[in-house]
Amino acid sequence: MNLKQFVMILVTVSAACGVNAADRTVIQNKGSDTLVNVAQAWAEKYRDVDASVAVAVSGGGSGTGIAAMINGTVDIANASRKMKKKELKNAKKKGQNPMEHVVGYDALAVFINSANPANQLSFNQLKDIYIRDGKATKWSDLGLKVPGCGSDKIVVVSRQNNSGTYAYFKKAVLGKRGKFRQGTLDMHGSKDVVDLVEKTPCAIGYSGLAYATDHIKMACISKEDGGDCVNPSVKTASDRSYPVARPLFMYTNGEPQGAIKKYMDWIKSDAGQCILSDKGYAPMRDVSCK
Amino acid sequence: MSSVAGKTPNIDFDRRNLDWYIDKLVQFLVFIGGISAIVFVIGIFIFITIEGFGFLLEGFSFKEFFLSPYWEPSDEDAPEFGILALVAGTASVTGLAMLVAIPFSLGAAIYVGEFATGKTREYLKILVELLAAIPSVVWGFIGLSIMNPLIIDLFDVPVGLNVLNAGVILGLMAAPIMTSIAEDALKAVPDRYREAAEALGATRWQVIFKTVIPAAKNGLLGAVLLGVGRGFGETMAVLMATGHAVNIPGSVFDSVRALTATIAAELGETAVGSEHYQALFTIGIFLFLITFVINLTADLIVRGIRKQ
Repeated sequence: MNLKQFVMILVTVSAACGVNAADRTVIQNKGSDTLVNVAQAWAEKYRDVDASVAVAVSGGGSGTGIAAMINGTVDIANASRKMKKKELKNAKKKGQNPMEHVVGYDALAVFINSANPANQLSFNQLKDIYIRDGKATKWSDLGLKVPGCGSDKIVVVSRQNNSGTYAYFKKAVLGKRGKFRQGTLDMHGSKDVVDLVEKTPCAIGYSGLAYATDHIKMACISKEDGGDCVNPSVKTASDRSYPVARPLFMYTNGEPQGAIKKYMDWIKSDAGQCILSDKGYAPMRDVSCK
Repeated sequence: MSSVAGKTPNIDFDRRNLDWYIDKLVQFLVFIGGISAIVFVIGIFIFITIEGFGFLLEGFSFKEFFLSPYWEPSDEDAPEFGILALVAGTASVTGLAMLVAIPFSLGAAIYVGEFATGKTREYLKILVELLAAIPSVVWGFIGLSIMNPLIIDLFDVPVGLNVLNAGVILGLMAAPIMTSIAEDALKAVPDRYREAAEALGATRWQVIFKTVIPAAKNGLLGAVLLGVGRGFGETMAVLMATGHAVNIPGSVFDSVRALTATIAAELGETAVGSEHYQALFTIGIFLFLITFVINLTADLIVRGIRKQ
């Protein structure tokens, strides 16, 4: 969480505790760091829509948000992954009834250095690079010669093992039982992945599309070797043609009611979806934004 | 007591006025301060043991924990809890750090203790201590943004975040404390040793190499051990400079991951009480025991020479 986000949270929280706190409804919203920027923007814009409702947003990761939902301390939990069976069971045990809402999609882009001549990577190739004891350890194994990468070694960049991004990529690319290769560089945030790949000609990494910069290349992904590939973009994630796009969830306790229902409806409306799209994520359906 | 009896002034030694109470209170407060370190150490040990206990009882397998190089604790179906690669990472970085730090700190200690005089000596001592005051995150930043591109350019390797980077950084971090302790050890050698050697016609270097260093060798060993303890426990700089890759290094250009860095990176987002959380605390217990033994040994060795 950077300083700006922190200040924004402070502003939101202090607004929530404002003078007429008595006649204001406060919605507690917590969870995924992937979603926190968007959640923040929603909360801010929603003040213009309904001044009697304040939304207090904080991050901390999908796990943190879900744990808070289980304990009943939040109204809405943000998550970049589905709730696990165990978590659902725990929630039921505590009398909570989490209800899942898909609020958008996030394309996971595969990043390569701008010097890398590769344009297209297939699922099989990604698997060979990322899976434990996979065949591809050198760029030449994929028939590529990367300028500036004298050692030819593929520097595999991944995420720390409790991030939602890590879990999704693992399942989508390596399969249910697949495990990551030994010796991947496990970065602590999406931005760190992009920074490292940007500076390292031999590197390959993955992160949310929203973190892409102009100095980095995104591979076009195909399901089959040599098949048609799809470039990651808000549009291809939104129409579900990009194969590594994950849904972003918000969980409410039971069918949302009153102010929470109004807020959720607004998030799913064109206005809410345009804010999401503006932040680099894919809306749940085709919306036309100004 | 003088033997002049009968002249004792009539002072009531048992007066319990305000000063007496203040005296007792201060004594008590100082006592609390004195034992607090012990209380805290024991408290921390109990705390990490309780947190890691569930894992030690259930998921823990001695063979897997210490001999498997696979660390994948968040896998839903088949989590793996092997710390061999993490231990290898910590050990390789600390080992290289000692290779860097020993010549530096020994040289600095000999110069400051035996050669430098007056102002030079004072300034040097202050500067060495200043080096110890640099926060570890700043060292990590140096590793990330200065050493990384430098290593890539110099050695033509794909990434500069590796054993070499972290080892050099950690060596520089450990050098100041090792210098101070080594210098103390040299100072503890009585001057009559030096005078006797000089009287026999030894040169300056011969005095130091043949007389002072052998006499101070326990203290110097203690200094090295404290440096090793520092290396094992350092977190932030190592997290930033090693590349954070679970890997048994084959050369100094391989990325590794340290035990401490693993706890730092994973604990924050792990569900409290889960198996992963408890496994991280088990690593904590292991680290605590290692640094405890290293520091205790160092302390005993250093105390040993003081008594001589």
